[in-house]
Amino acid sequence: MSTVPLDKEPLLPGVDGAPQGRPTMQKRVRQRLTSRTATAAAVIIAVIWTIPTFGLLVSSFRPEDNIKGNGWWNVLTDRQFTLENYADVLSPGGSQSPNLLSYFVNSLAIVIPGTIFTLVLGSMAAYMFAWGRFRGKDGLFIFVFALQIVPLQMALIPLLQLFTQVLKFGDFQLLPSGTYAQLWVAHTIFGLPLAIFLLHNFIAEIPGEVIEAARVDGAGHSTIFWRIIVPLATPALASFGIFQFLWLWNDLLVALVFSGGGADVAPITQRLAEIQGSRGGEWQRLTAGAFVSIIVPLAVFFGLQRYFVRGLLAGGLKG
Amino acid sequence: MEDIAEKGLQVVVGLAVFAAIIGLIMLVVDRAPKTGREKVQIAGFLAPALVLLAVGLVFPALQTSYLSLTDRNGDFVGLDNFVWMFTQPEALVTLRNTVIWVVLVPLLASSIGLAYAVFIDRARGEKALKALVFMPMAISFVGAGVIWRFVYAYKGPEQDQIGLLNQILVWFGQEPKQFLLDAPENTLFLIAVMIWIQTGFAMVVLSAAIKGIPTEIVEAARLDGAGAWQQFTNVTIPTIRGSLIVVVTTITIGTLKVFDIVRTMTAGQYETSVVANEMYTQAFRAGEPGRGAALALILFLMVLPVVVYNARLLRKQKEIR
Repeated sequence: MSTVPLDKEPLLPGVDGAPQGRPTMQKRVRQRLTSRTATAAAVIIAVIWTIPTFGLLVSSFRPEDNIKGNGWWNVLTDRQFTLENYADVLSPGGSQSPNLLSYFVNSLAIVIPGTIFTLVLGSMAAYMFAWGRFRGKDGLFIFVFALQIVPLQMALIPLLQLFTQVLKFGDFQLLPSGTYAQLWVAHTIFGLPLAIFLLHNFIAEIPGEVIEAARVDGAGHSTIFWRIIVPLATPALASFGIFQFLWLWNDLLVALVFSGGGADVAPITQRLAEIQGSRGGEWQRLTAGAFVSIIVPLAVFFGLQRYFVRGLLAGGLKG
Repeated sequence: MEDIAEKGLQVVVGLAVFAAIIGLIMLVVDRAPKTGREKVQIAGFLAPALVLLAVGLVFPALQTSYLSLTDRNGDFVGLDNFVWMFTQPEALVTLRNTVIWVVLVPLLASSIGLAYAVFIDRARGEKALKALVFMPMAISFVGAGVIWRFVYAYKGPEQDQIGLLNQILVWFGQEPKQFLLDAPENTLFLIAVMIWIQTGFAMVVLSAAIKGIPTEIVEAARLDGAGAWQQFTNVTIPTIRGSLIVVVTTITIGTLKVFDIVRTMTAGQYETSVVANEMYTQAFRAGEPGRGAALALILFLMVLPVVVYNARLLRKQKEIR
């Protein structure tokens, strides 16, 4: 609020010169001061928030001996850079190599369908909770909302048993181990409570007249949903989709349980955690590996940012 | 390349199967007989999500609840696991740490996020400033663990420091410190990582809410001579209250569930364990599923007040509408 630019005031002619008295000199000074303090505080926060990542990025381009020998801020005097760390972590060179490219593909293959499934099923349910008419709706909705707090860990072992033992008919496994299917379903389940809750909040804000009008014209729920709700809720879907994408990409626990850990299925976070656990001092690999793992989420964020912010401006994720 | 093509094919098949299922549901829903069509439609839309939740979350949670009353051999032992939790020193440390996490992370992440959102609102370069603070949100917990372990990295006093924080200590004439090993303050250094990640989420949502405040209200407040602070407390906060509650609730729940940071940075050693991590350790490492389940139940109970509050608020909003 305090940074409302002063140069905006001329846009409101007469405000400054309003009869109840011009802003005094003192007030102006104070306003500018708070504005300056605010900007300074913002810059400090931004710097603190950026430096750790920046340090790691710089380090990832330094030769191994330098990373282990002295701090990354020494690049000011010692400008030695190399791409070797990246070549090392990406190349599929034997079992000792981090082989991150393969895990990187796995992450994409897990996250994209996982996000789409959650969005579609979540918005379908959210629509019914917002606009359907049936008994016990509110209670059921609150129950679904409350499911958010069921810790993942509570569900993991029974769910794994379900996938590997119950949903198995002879040799046919509905969700085969060693594929992405189990991860997709698990992620969808765990993402649904929040998806339904947040999308409901947005969808419930859609003016009732629009939906009523469609109903009067004889449109069924599926028509209303795909023709009206989905287009109108696109900002919220995009916003939640981006968050869900990032959350799935961040995940370690679900991957640990359902991926089996090999290069066939396991995501990049799991591999990175492995390297960190077994070779915690190998900073040249950890720094480069960490950056390989955050490229996609950063690209998604920056690429969709305009859309994302527009969605939020329109009231997405609104409580 | 072959490998990648094969993985791509898996994704395409997965998406196709999903699309077929959804298409089928829509078809059934549209063709339902006139009588009871409404019911079929409602069921068609809700069933996929609700069935998944029932099978994948509710039923497993109930199973786990029963587990909390059993010992490692699966025999019924009543409340023994809970007695263990509230009497053994190592378990009590875990509970204490969790309380510290749950108080500090939502509070600090939301306040810093809100302050930052207010500070940069309509400032020059707002987008770039936002992106900088949001960035950690895009980083996996594992990646964040690497980043902060590097910040906290320790070398002996006679060596060059490679960790920024220790270098700062050295510049100020202090001895370098084992940030992650020395209890109890090491918990705070782990919490800093979570705050670093969650602030961006709070900031993005709250910034959007702030932008949603009608300009007329802001202008009216300014015409009435409200200063920056008054505007903030009397206009901004009440107007974005809903979003604020969503943010705090979401971060609280996220904080209770988080285990990746503790797991990858200290593995819960040096008195840094939290309930979510201890549950994993007990259930999957120590072969004590009963204790793990009991810890899970405690998590559930800790967050219950938050949810009840939220649910009541929801109901109130519904009544207003």
